[in-house]
Amino acid sequence: MSVEWSDDPAIEGELRIDERWTCRLLEDFIRIEVERTGKLEVVVGLSGGIDSAVSAFLAARALGGKHVLGLSLPYRTSDPDSLEHARLVARQCGIRHEVVDITPLVDAFVEGAVGLDPVRAGNVMARQRMIVLFDRSAAHDALVLGSTNKTELLLGYGTLHGDMASAINPIGDLYKTQVRALAAHMEVPAEVIAKPPSADLWPGQKDEDELGASYDLLDRVLALLVDARVSDDRAAASGIDLGLVRDVRRRIVRSQFKRKLPVIAKVSTRSVGWDFRYPRDWMS
Amino acid sequence: MRDVRVALAQIAPVLGDTAVNLDRHREVCRRARDEGAAVVVFPELSLHGYVLQDQVSEVAIREGDPTWRRLEALSADVDVVVGFVEESPGHLFHNAAGYFARGRLVHLHRKLYLPNYGMFEESRYMASGRTLRAFDAPHGRSGILICEDLWHPTSAWLLSLDGAEILFTLSCSPSRGTRPGLGVTSVGVWERLLRVSAQFQTAFLVYVNRVGCEDGLLFAGGSMVVDPFGRIVGSLPPSDEDLLVVPLEAEVLRRARTAYPLLRDADPDLALRELERLRRLRYDLPGPVEEDPDEGTP
Repeated sequence: MSVEWSDDPAIEGELRIDERWTCRLLEDFIRIEVERTGKLEVVVGLSGGIDSAVSAFLAARALGGKHVLGLSLPYRTSDPDSLEHARLVARQCGIRHEVVDITPLVDAFVEGAVGLDPVRAGNVMARQRMIVLFDRSAAHDALVLGSTNKTELLLGYGTLHGDMASAINPIGDLYKTQVRALAAHMEVPAEVIAKPPSADLWPGQKDEDELGASYDLLDRVLALLVDARVSDDRAAASGIDLGLVRDVRRRIVRSQFKRKLPVIAKVSTRSVGWDFRYPRDWMS
Repeated sequence: MRDVRVALAQIAPVLGDTAVNLDRHREVCRRARDEGAAVVVFPELSLHGYVLQDQVSEVAIREGDPTWRRLEALSADVDVVVGFVEESPGHLFHNAAGYFARGRLVHLHRKLYLPNYGMFEESRYMASGRTLRAFDAPHGRSGILICEDLWHPTSAWLLSLDGAEILFTLSCSPSRGTRPGLGVTSVGVWERLLRVSAQFQTAFLVYVNRVGCEDGLLFAGGSMVVDPFGRIVGSLPPSDEDLLVVPLEAEVLRRARTAYPLLRDADPDLALRELERLRRLRYDLPGPVEEDPDEGTP
């Protein structure tokens, strides 16, 4: 029997989406959020990867290419292909594109830092990019458009206050495999879709090596644990290794801090976060 | 009921700005009237938006308030069904909807079932209504339900038993994503619920859901009118503000109730007996010793 009731949690691990309607919803989202803040445009970091390409394509469709600024922010060790792919993406979706080399900014910090390992250095780069993006957004009266997907958000695979920082994020509720489906639908350049995902913080870095499993598999586990809320055993019953299921659940729990504002100690009658509750879109 | 042209006002209210929203209501009413509508139906909380949180007490209106009087004035030459936060004399805040006609309130419905699960947290901020009544609108006996109310089948049934032939359902229903072949899934879920409700009650279901976006919730429109046979006689897409005028024909209702005399055969006594028994069990109340009326006594 065909699936016809997709809100039903019994359809466990369902990842397929209607690309046309998802695009439509996300374009509406971008347009409404930009309009309500009284801004004119968005700034998006263009890494050359599929996530930022999808964000840029959606923004171009929502606002028109001239209201979208793509910024590529390479470091001297960045893969030259990344910049080429970013240019390709910007051309294809018709947005403005600028390149800001973050090497002097990062190196000025790195010189004085003691015992910097690749992960810490990677975080510095991600945060330096955030500084440039937010500064540009202020200069252009724009919003920073995010490109963190649901897989990364749930696994905590990203730099807090770095690539995870944005004003609005159209793809934060889409798993990596769903982002791929949208990319194909919007005709993101094939080489961007096909290449192995990488944060490109050091040469040879690959997401799936670091995460220890393919996105296809991780997304299936996440859809079972998070969306369908099944037990670890039940998730494993569908043929997935129980060790991986448990590891994913652990990672979700341990990265919760990356999905929340800082913890505030409550010492008054009405505290931000607990009993001072207004929507982000308050009065707009 | 009499034949009546109803306008579905699928709008996107501005969150928390009652004055701006009231102006927009006025504009939509004017357009609807120009298109020959006798009743204009707005979505749930159409006067303030949905994700209000602590703004509930700040936007709430009371009978006699200036805003209330403007709502009454809105209905001078077209009937209006509108959603807002209503503050009771005892300072309870209700997710409410009013039917206004000829410059006065005809009926006030306070949402009965406040969802407090998943993405919803309504009962943290608002109080549930305690009564459910049909009312005589100028064009026929009607009932109002607000969103989650329709998910409890007793709501539509009680209104029908109370004589309602037109059930207005106001909603703020967000999308929960899309699936291949289904588009925005919540639209299909509502369509099923509305068609079944219309068929069971042999009544017109007039459903108005909002559009727009608040804190990432994308409200999924899909407003529609379903006739007493369960057929969709007019509908709007899941996005975009829009206005659609749909004629409701009294003859269709008569035919449906002739073909399917479900309300004639409804048995409130049976329901009441069994509900009383279930209520005693649920709350451990004293009551008469259980008897099976079918067994009889010699």
